[in-house]
Amino acid sequence: MQSEARASCTLPGTLPGAPTVADAAAEMVLTLTVAGQLCGVPVLAVRDILASQAITRVPLAPPEVAGSLNLRGRIVTAIDLRRRLGLPNRPAGSPPPMSVVVEQGGELYSLLSDSVGEVVPLPAEGLAGNPPTLDSVWREVSRGVHRQGDRLLIMLDVDRILAIG
Amino acid sequence: MDDLLADFLTETNEGLATLDVALLTLEKAPDDRPTLSEIFRSVHTIKGTCGFLGLSRLEKVAHAAENVLGKYRDGSLKVTPAGITLILSAIDALKGIVAGLEATGSEPQGDDSALIAALDAAWRGGAVAAPEPVVVDPFEALELPVPEPVAEATPCEAVACPPAASEAAAPAATPAAGGAGVAPPQTIRVSVDVLEDLMTLVSELVLTRNQLLQLVRARGDSALTVPLQRLSHITSELQEGVMKTRMQPIGNAWQKLPRIVRDLANELGKKIELVMKGADTELDRQVLELIKDPLTHMVRNSGDHGLETPEQRRAAGKPEMGRITLNAYHEGGHIIIEIGDDGRGLPAEKIKQKALAQGLATEAEIAGMSEREIQHFIFRAGFSTAAAITSVSGRGVGMDVVKTNVEKIGGTIELRSVEGRGTTFFIKIPLTLAIVSALIVEAGRERFAIPQIGVVELVRAGGGGSTIERIDQTPVMRLRDRLLPLVSLSRLLKLDDVEEVREEDAGFVVVTQVGPNVFGIIVDKVFDTEEIVVKPVAPILRHVTMFSGNTILGDGSVIMILDPNGIARATGVGADGPVEDAARAAARVGARPGERTALLLFRAGDETPKAVPLGLVARLEDLPAASIELSGTQPLVQYRGKLMPLVPMSGHWMPPQPGTRQAVLVFSDQHRAMGLMVDAILDVVEEHLDIEGSHDRPGFLGSAVICGKVTDVMDCAWWLRQAGDDWFKPQPQGEKTGKRVLLAEDSAFFRHLLVPGLTAAGYEVTAVETGTQALRLREQGAMFDIIISDIEMPELDGLGLARAVREGGIWQHLPMIAMSAHAEPGHSARCRNAGFTGDVGKSDREALLSLLRDSLSPAVH
Repeated sequence: MQSEARASCTLPGTLPGAPTVADAAAEMVLTLTVAGQLCGVPVLAVRDILASQAITRVPLAPPEVAGSLNLRGRIVTAIDLRRRLGLPNRPAGSPPPMSVVVEQGGELYSLLSDSVGEVVPLPAEGLAGNPPTLDSVWREVSRGVHRQGDRLLIMLDVDRILAIG
Repeated sequence: MDDLLADFLTETNEGLATLDVALLTLEKAPDDRPTLSEIFRSVHTIKGTCGFLGLSRLEKVAHAAENVLGKYRDGSLKVTPAGITLILSAIDALKGIVAGLEATGSEPQGDDSALIAALDAAWRGGAVAAPEPVVVDPFEALELPVPEPVAEATPCEAVACPPAASEAAAPAATPAAGGAGVAPPQTIRVSVDVLEDLMTLVSELVLTRNQLLQLVRARGDSALTVPLQRLSHITSELQEGVMKTRMQPIGNAWQKLPRIVRDLANELGKKIELVMKGADTELDRQVLELIKDPLTHMVRNSGDHGLETPEQRRAAGKPEMGRITLNAYHEGGHIIIEIGDDGRGLPAEKIKQKALAQGLATEAEIAGMSEREIQHFIFRAGFSTAAAITSVSGRGVGMDVVKTNVEKIGGTIELRSVEGRGTTFFIKIPLTLAIVSALIVEAGRERFAIPQIGVVELVRAGGGGSTIERIDQTPVMRLRDRLLPLVSLSRLLKLDDVEEVREEDAGFVVVTQVGPNVFGIIVDKVFDTEEIVVKPVAPILRHVTMFSGNTILGDGSVIMILDPNGIARATGVGADGPVEDAARAAARVGARPGERTALLLFRAGDETPKAVPLGLVARLEDLPAASIELSGTQPLVQYRGKLMPLVPMSGHWMPPQPGTRQAVLVFSDQHRAMGLMVDAILDVVEEHLDIEGSHDRPGFLGSAVICGKVTDVMDCAWWLRQAGDDWFKPQPQGEKTGKRVLLAEDSAFFRHLLVPGLTAAGYEVTAVETGTQALRLREQGAMFDIIISDIEMPELDGLGLARAVREGGIWQHLPMIAMSAHAEPGHSARCRNAGFTGDVGKSDREALLSLLRDSLSPAVH
């Protein structure tokens, strides 16, 4: 409940803060962090954002699959972004991950992220290609890089993230 | 037939209703082609269906109307109001008859000849320039044996005539229609999607209700109890109601069977009667769709394999007419479908022989089997007892597919057969796939659902009852004098990480049955049974065969639903399924179909083990590095008084350090030898060689799973060529014999090996994959000097081929050599009895070549 409240206030809440000159070519992007790295997913792909949830382990599943969770009667498969990206597990005692729920082929998946930021418009021309030196795991799931203030934001390709196994 | 009739009535009533409207549209716009086509089609459909159902009165009227409409359609007759009226009157007549049919179940008596004559006249009369006279004329001109109503009609004006004609049919229909009040149960058609959506919604509602119940139970809030109970009640009723909308009588799946059986009887020259009971037993339409094909297949099987020919039946003292019985009934949340015949029953002896011939079991194993277990061989892949391949069955795809399909929907299949008396199959399937009753258990701190259909009983382990014992790490339980194999769920699902210490000596055993196999699943706790809504797992988890789906429990948590079939397969409990655990398969001699080959495993280059049939390797040597010399770049070794070329298996070969040794596989021909240098020799195993995915790496035939590991299988011919160009070329002394050899061998590996080998020895080789293919060559008139045949082959095996060759034809007197991978006692005798002139072990190239020479020389000279 709390999570949904948060989601609903985050999404519209950020819009007024966005640059008023709404660029038609700008893509609305939800920012999130994984192990300190700022990432973005197209907001249109996002179905829901949930706070920590009871996740049921799925034995024998690929390691990236954290388990399944219940989203209002629908079963959502949770993908741990840290494991998907070959990063170390969340340190003990860190706050529980947030679920960014996306849909692919009629199935719901949750991308477990360390934290969820805000929705920002990012102009399409600001998207730079992947630096050639980018780690191959990242390169596989990245659509490109945006400069976001003094930080770099990696645009995640949801389809490729879900291409497991 | 009644259901067919009901469907026909529904459809025809709908059709007639739209016809009225369409005809009126046409009257206003006589050139409206699409409408005209639609009308024609509707009438045509009605006529066709009537003919099919034997409703002759309806058919005649519809036929006459169709003729006229046909002329309208192709433009040779102009559409006129009078014409339309005539057609409308025909429609009315049809309606009248249909109404009578609805009320009484049979066509009402009546005479439509006047109407038909009018229609025919319109059809023949061609020009309907003056419609009125044309319509009237026939009545007068033909001087009909006038029925009463028409007599009334005759004097009336032309325009009024057609309506009167409609009355001709009406009187017959009216009494019946009036009496019965017509109305059949009213139906509307709803798209399946709507029903599916409703079902989904109800499923959600059930889940939410369960959740609420749990909450209220925990809080003990009495104010909520009563309304919640009502809600619960209504939800259950709603669930039932919606389920009912998806229910269809199983008779729908049987509709085509009478026809199939009739054709089958004609084709096979048998007399077959099909008895169907319980056709109105209802089940979920999704399930119905899924079992339609298996059922059809089984009925065909019963007719083809089960029932004897009339002569055989007479000889056995049975009535000539064989009988196939279908019976469906409900039993405790499941539906049971019986498919029985009163034919010859399953021939135990034949099955045993076939099982032996196909290597499904050894003689000793078969001796220890119960009759039931032997009968269950028919569910194995590729097993068919039909001696001949008919268009109906005997192609080796059969009962295993049926079984798989039934199991896919959570059902089970059993059979009872008495030789000479018949066979009956029992299919037990859940009523619906959407909501099932499941047992909730816990293992390794996770909860799982096990569908009730597979659960036989629950046993508490330890605490005075049965205890879990171990045979070399494998847990078993003695239950009522039976040794029950056990599977630890937490081990199977690798949930053991936390508490390896806490052994499963206390806990519960869920005794589960999959086909004929009973096994126990060890769990830590058993909670309760719950109605669960089965949801498919996400695509990225589909490969985990242990689960058939997942669901949400009353407390809102997600749990996985275990698939007992998957568990049985994964653990090798069910001998029926493919055994995935290769190591286990290796331990159970003869448990896997197909032949076994002794393989030498070694490592060379990379870490992937390599394999080569042991029979091809002459010797294994371990040479001191110092003995390897170089001639140019070619490493050589002095070996048995000759120079033997050495070929490195890994692409780059470094001379070994002095003092070390080099492992070499020696391949030899009569006069030559060649050594293949490898890194290490690993093992010799006997395994089923199933080469998959021939990757295009030179030197390898492909990969196979051997001892549970992916292993590259070596292409010997390729490596031998590396030793020198002349290796496989006809050798000076082995001049071209010009003899033609037919090689029947199903294994691509051995074909690969033998064809170049035999060609090199001077033979012209033609290779085929099965006995059937070989016989096809005979039909085409191909001639050979000798036939070499593998024994184990699909479709027609070597023994069958030999018998067929000896029976007659142009090959009757050819020498035949049998090849087999493993020689059992009595094997040679069996081969000779079948008609082979000699037999050799597979991959014993020397013996094969010398036998070839010996077999051919007397025949030639």
